[in-house]
Amino acid sequence: MRRITILAIAIIATGVVAAVAGARTHGGSLSLVGYSTPKTVMGKIIQLWQQTPAGKDVSFNTSYGPSGDQARAVAAGLKADLVFLSTGLDVDTLVDAGLVDKNWQNQTYKGNEAYSVVVFAFRGGNPKHIRTWDDLVKPGVQIVTPNPFSSGSAKWNVLAAYAAARHEGKTDKQARAFVQKLFKNVVSQDSSGRNATNTFLAGKGDVLLTYESEAVAAQQAGQNIAYLVPGSTMLIELPIAPVKSSSNLDLAKKFIAFTKTAPAQNLLAQAGYRPVLKSVAKKYRSKFPTRALVTIDGPLFGGWRKVDKRWFDPNKGLMVGIERAVGGPTG
Amino acid sequence: MSVSSVALSSGARRLTLRGIALFYLLAILIGPVIVVCWRTFDQGAGHVWDTLTDSNTIHAFEMTLLVTAIAVPVNTVFGIIVGLAIVRRNFPLKGLLNAFIDLPLALSPVVVGLSLFLLYGRGGWFGDWFEAHGIQILFALPAMVLATIFVSLPFVAREVIPTLREIGDEQEQAARTLGASAWQTFRRITLPSIRWAVIYGVVLTTARCLGEYGAVAIVSGRLEGQTETATLRVEDRYTNFDLAGAYSIAVVLASMAILVLIAMTLLKPKEEAER
Amino acid sequence: MTAFLSVIVVLPIAAVVWESRRDGAASFWDVVTSPGAVDALKLSLGAAAVVALMNAVLGTITAWVLVRDRFRGQHLVNSIIDLPFALPTIVAGLTLIALYGPRSPVGIDVFGTRVAIGLALLFVTLPFVVRTVQPVLLELDREMEEAARSLGAGELTVFRRIVLPNILPGILSGVALAFARAVGEIGAVVLIAGNLQVASVFIFTHIESGDRAGASAVAVVLLTISFAVLLVIGGVRRLATRHERV
Repeated sequence: MRRITILAIAIIATGVVAAVAGARTHGGSLSLVGYSTPKTVMGKIIQLWQQTPAGKDVSFNTSYGPSGDQARAVAAGLKADLVFLSTGLDVDTLVDAGLVDKNWQNQTYKGNEAYSVVVFAFRGGNPKHIRTWDDLVKPGVQIVTPNPFSSGSAKWNVLAAYAAARHEGKTDKQARAFVQKLFKNVVSQDSSGRNATNTFLAGKGDVLLTYESEAVAAQQAGQNIAYLVPGSTMLIELPIAPVKSSSNLDLAKKFIAFTKTAPAQNLLAQAGYRPVLKSVAKKYRSKFPTRALVTIDGPLFGGWRKVDKRWFDPNKGLMVGIERAVGGPTG
Repeated sequence: MSVSSVALSSGARRLTLRGIALFYLLAILIGPVIVVCWRTFDQGAGHVWDTLTDSNTIHAFEMTLLVTAIAVPVNTVFGIIVGLAIVRRNFPLKGLLNAFIDLPLALSPVVVGLSLFLLYGRGGWFGDWFEAHGIQILFALPAMVLATIFVSLPFVAREVIPTLREIGDEQEQAARTLGASAWQTFRRITLPSIRWAVIYGVVLTTARCLGEYGAVAIVSGRLEGQTETATLRVEDRYTNFDLAGAYSIAVVLASMAILVLIAMTLLKPKEEAER
Repeated sequence: MTAFLSVIVVLPIAAVVWESRRDGAASFWDVVTSPGAVDALKLSLGAAAVVALMNAVLGTITAWVLVRDRFRGQHLVNSIIDLPFALPTIVAGLTLIALYGPRSPVGIDVFGTRVAIGLALLFVTLPFVVRTVQPVLLELDREMEEAARSLGAGELTVFRRIVLPNILPGILSGVALAFARAVGEIGAVVLIAGNLQVASVFIFTHIESGDRAGASAVAVVLLTISFAVLLVIGGVRRLATRHERV
């Protein structure tokens, strides 16, 4: 009996020691917090970097999930040395939390790792022949998009729809009405882009609005999904930034620099991301159709902070009115 | 009413009831499990092997086992102590204590996860203090252990309490009058008499720890190869379009569950006999 | 022991209650009555209530069949009842998607519907009523039933007047436990519900989106329900022991 008691105490003590040991942070490694889609390709880029002198013997801890959630987790204490997210807005969350330098966009390529575009995705065929943004608002078309209040992907979708309407020549008022008409056809608003993809693949809706890179990722994972890039769409800028409080800041910066070199950009292109490096972009031109692209920092939108306030403010944003009008989630 | 017609209607009734019960179990319980086991090998055994030997999957299982290995002994010791306190002693707020012990059975794991988030996250009650001292609670093993201890708290206590009540404390009183110390009494009289209740409680606690999802999903940060448990890994494979991979891990977890079931079936009669 | 319990249970619960009232009672009310929260709570409570009632009937029937019937494989079936206690809830959800989702081998696809949520909750609550009614049925003295039958009472009357009053406390506490479990369930529901938000998913997504106050407000509602259920079960237990003494 005494032996059992001693054993029990030993187990508990070991547990406590292990717990405390696990709680202490390690050095000599990098923690990458990213959004869901680039999981596979980042794994490959990391391996590639670990074969270079700069990356030798560096171990990585990675966490992937919805971009906004990941940013907020880092703000809440999730340890990160660098973040790779799907909107500059999420990086700004970390700027506001004092974790990322407010001049993060002064890095090369404005702080971006890669680009993508908003596309229409289909399961297998496209029986309703949806080709243009105007096709989306036809009666009977069922659209799947995530919830713009919780998902970065959804924000890109909303802005792309608005931009396409403006590109056609509509006024601001008419373009906003167009977005509302589009949302009337939305049948599912999941909390994140990946959830929307899975809901769509499970059979809901006729068309999914998502990133080109997400559609390619699903394809490469063997899913039955096809996509087309509409005539005018939004350039999605995917930011990567070091966390300034990191104890491995130099190492993080070195890795980030590596991700913008040809070998890494090649891997990104093969995984469906539009490379920032011009030489690689040229090589893969045929894979990525050029279109009329609207950017977030261009004259139409004026940057994320402005857009977020105007469209996605939880109390006064334009999307609140639109969602209310169509009976969708307002939070 | 003739005897034969009574027998016929009672036989038909019995068959109907049996049919309803079995169909219910088949549709809700057995059918789905069978489909998963069958579908797991859809893409061939090779994929199953790849998933299960993936280093991140192995680590996920290690995390599950580690968290369980810490939580179970802790809750066992707690369960025995609290069981003795509740049955053998009287103190104020005993009813409240009882309620708090039973709470994890009725409480959503998401609320458990939230509560830890509020305590140990940045800006939380204790979060900043821990962070200032370089100790990571949230998004690391400590929070996962705390969450798992919370949700699996009641089981040993709830098995021990009725047993202690039934067997009474005469033997213990006798031992004390004969000069035995409290510890000796506990070790030689009390503990052996609740042995099967404790073991049964340990099995239930272990099952709960192995299967925990909601609370740990919130507090762990799902760092691949670091804070992912087997249950989190199942969800990870599913959302990353790897249905077969998710099934593979699920089948392993289901096999563990079946072992637990067998243990429960063998131990239940012993535990009941003890009372 | 008190210190342990405080650290593990009391402090965390206090933190949730505190957070929900941080901005005042008015803001708590605002959050709880916001459309998203109301929908999520309505869905959870409604589904849990339906499932609890179904359990009352199906669980009692199952317990009856396990106690009063004899058939091959009965012991195996009896053991399987505890499977939902042993199986991780996320695995349960996965098995339900496999059978009742988009790739269903029997052609039943209820992904993203309330039926799917109902199925998931039936899975996880299956053992509760069965296991609370079974021991009572086992101990029940058949003499009264035999007496009634010999006096000419039909089976239904025998059940209604003699068996049911005895097993009612068991059914009630099983139903209460099933309800509490169902209203807070996350693992089994999270995959098959698609984007239908039950209360637990609402809390989950609001934690991730940084809305701690919103998450806490709904969490407090669930917490209150849990405490209420525990009170009910305690009350039923006291009622049952009083009944026995008579």
